[in-house]
Amino acid sequence: MLGYIIRRILAVIPVMVIVAVFVFLLLRLTPGDPAAIIAGDMATPAQLERIRTSLGLSDPLHVQFVTWVGLLLKGELGTSLISNTPVTQMIGQRIWPTFNIAVMTIILSVVIAVPMGVIAAWRHRTWVDYAVMAFSVLGFSIPVFVIGYLFIQVFSIELRWLPVQGYAAPTDGFGKFLARAILPCLTLATIYVALIARMTRASMLEVLGEDYIRTARAKGVKETVVLFRHALRNAAVPIMTIIGTGFALLIGGVVVTESVFNIPGVGRLTVDAILARDYPVIQGMILLTSGLYVFINLVIDLSYTFFDPRIRY
Amino acid sequence: MQFKTRTFDAAPTVLDIKNLTVELPGNKTAAPVLDAVSLRIRQGETVCLVGESGSGKSVTSLSVMGLLPKGALAATGGRIELEGKNLLELGPQAMRDMRAQKISMIFQEPMTALNPVMRVGDQIEEVLDTHTRLAAREKRARVLDIMNQVHLPDVERIHRSYPHQLSGGQRQRIMIAMALILEPLLLIADEPTTALDVTTQKQILSLIAELQEKHGTAVLFITHDMGVVAEIADTVHVMKLGQIVEQAPVEELLRRPRQDYTKQLLQSVPSLTPRAPRPQPQGEAVLSVNGLQKIYGAHGVFVRREPTRAASDVNFSIPRGRTLGIVGESGSGKSTVARCIMRLIDPTEGEIRVGDREIATLSRRALRPYRKHIQIVFQDPFRSLNPRWTIGQSLIEGPLNIGTDKKAALKRAAELLTLVGLPDDAVNRYPHQFSGGQRQRVAIARAIAMEPDVLVADEAVSALDVSVQAQVLQLLDELQQKLGIAILFITHDLRVAAQICDEVVVMQHGHIVEHDTAANVLANPQHTYTRALIEAAPGRAWDFANFRELQTA
Repeated sequence: MLGYIIRRILAVIPVMVIVAVFVFLLLRLTPGDPAAIIAGDMATPAQLERIRTSLGLSDPLHVQFVTWVGLLLKGELGTSLISNTPVTQMIGQRIWPTFNIAVMTIILSVVIAVPMGVIAAWRHRTWVDYAVMAFSVLGFSIPVFVIGYLFIQVFSIELRWLPVQGYAAPTDGFGKFLARAILPCLTLATIYVALIARMTRASMLEVLGEDYIRTARAKGVKETVVLFRHALRNAAVPIMTIIGTGFALLIGGVVVTESVFNIPGVGRLTVDAILARDYPVIQGMILLTSGLYVFINLVIDLSYTFFDPRIRY
Repeated sequence: MQFKTRTFDAAPTVLDIKNLTVELPGNKTAAPVLDAVSLRIRQGETVCLVGESGSGKSVTSLSVMGLLPKGALAATGGRIELEGKNLLELGPQAMRDMRAQKISMIFQEPMTALNPVMRVGDQIEEVLDTHTRLAAREKRARVLDIMNQVHLPDVERIHRSYPHQLSGGQRQRIMIAMALILEPLLLIADEPTTALDVTTQKQILSLIAELQEKHGTAVLFITHDMGVVAEIADTVHVMKLGQIVEQAPVEELLRRPRQDYTKQLLQSVPSLTPRAPRPQPQGEAVLSVNGLQKIYGAHGVFVRREPTRAASDVNFSIPRGRTLGIVGESGSGKSTVARCIMRLIDPTEGEIRVGDREIATLSRRALRPYRKHIQIVFQDPFRSLNPRWTIGQSLIEGPLNIGTDKKAALKRAAELLTLVGLPDDAVNRYPHQFSGGQRQRVAIARAIAMEPDVLVADEAVSALDVSVQAQVLQLLDELQQKLGIAILFITHDLRVAAQICDEVVVMQHGHIVEHDTAANVLANPQHTYTRALIEAAPGRAWDFANFRELQTA
């Protein structure tokens, strides 16, 4: 068991190395002189030279890579070309709103979607099942920004229940935070709920046909126990997989949602950085999101062994 | 043959099924699945329900448990009385209370009937959680007690094991423990030993009998195996197409069956007496295996596991037109040998000759031309044909691969279907339109489409009903006579081996322990393991086909 965990963690290293190489090359392999791209059209030769030295662009490629990785390991991602502040600091300031929204979205989605999927499977081919499936298709099909503006229109402008935009940290008072976070979370959660509910339903349908479910019923066990104790844990592995894969969607969704709701998170930071060609920030964000993605997948993989004792590599 | 001859005239009735009718709701035109089934079981009695697949045996038992698949089947008439109370009138909660307390059930597949992600001790304990309010310590004591009663070894360890860590026999014991912990009035056993080896089957049957004796449980035992019936039944009910066609005390039924269907069922039971030996073969061996060995898990730098010898030092040869059987229990290595010969897996060592060509070490590519000489038929006809392909497509794929023209291959496919006794228009149909026996005929036609010298039949009739089994065995025999194929017949069933094999090889733990003519192996077994196998064969002292004791020559 411990061996499995260690091997899984070691397997992360080559993935991160490949990501690092890619991120490093992103700037260096851009057609033309990176310094010129960075400096923009109006740059003087002196400015260009300054940028080149500051990025170490005159050194051979492999030397540049070693220097870059060295800095990276010390936690230095460089300095923003626009604001001239360290990238780590910029990300550090913006990560919490995004993190809070993302965690809340995941919790919200799982709490809504899993029971929905379970009930749909249990009531297979009844109106409950069809309603869940219909919602699911709808959730997939409507773009995130449409849902966002729809929510704002209904809950903020028409009903005036919630603020239109903005963000407050939980430390400013949880109620305040919740009032501003609930709409972005619901917006993001829609597609996620659709995805997880669908997967839960499919996985549960398969498990409910298994012999041990019949055995549980033959013991006189209540239906809720059959569903949640016997079936759901057996159905968990594909559901966990989809939650992990859905994380990629979440990262994409956060960017749009933060723009719609005017939340100062890393999604907005990334969009701004891309528009301004702020390469160090873009690099930092790619590293962060891919690192996070690898980490989530690791957690998901390890969770399999918890759900299914037969998985022991 | 010692039959049970107890009388139950004085015993109180436990279960009384009266004119039970089960139908497909929403399909008024379809014939009922159960048509006025009546059946009575008294305290301490074992009632066997026999019949072929689709006869309604399992539907009867699920009706009693109230576990008919919702929406698909519904009881529409009759009564199921347990101690005089009609179960069909109970609400869901009242029905749940009956289960495990009054009626319990054990199922066919111990491999899949237990929840794979729960410890088995917890699964037994769940019965107590559901129906009693005992203190934690008392519950644990009861669970360990019933685990001892079903003769599980090292109960403390097994209590915290997961199902996949136990053998099939042990899992079935867990199922029995779960079913009997609350000492129900009635135990329904739906083919509980069909998936087990004969020696394990014998142990499980005697365990059920022992616990039945101890607690006075009534048992409804569902089986298709007449041997098992002869061993354990007090009363037998024969089912056909949703009706009970005959019922009688066991000896009466086996000696003097009244209905044609019962007679036919009994006559299909293959005899343990080997068939008359055929003349010695002339000519060279078409398949010979020398020193075959297969070892799993030997390689790997960090693996310090003991390598598993799935097969070692296996030698035999088959001449043209003859059948060699490999007999053994699960894990004996018989299927490993078959797969090595087919080169579906690579043997670790040894020689496999097809004709005079050594194929054990040929590369995949070099092997291709030889594949046509040796073909296989698998056990499960429901899974060995591609469900999205027509029968024709399945039949011509092999010939097309070796360069036969498509038109010729299709023409041949139609001929082959006639040869295996199917209509030739079957080429355009899909596997789901055929029964199990018909699909196995298709699988055989597919194998012989390649005109092989050797046909490997890996448990090819084990999934079939006895009457169908007899037909498929006869088909193999006819094909062998017509085409002169050599057959390697792999089976766990000594009765089947006796009926089709010229020679029998007995395998245990990857070794051949006995190799002789079928007559000698069955009538005069030399090895203790062979003797144990024969002794464990249920109903071996009874000549089912002739309704009398086996006449020893």
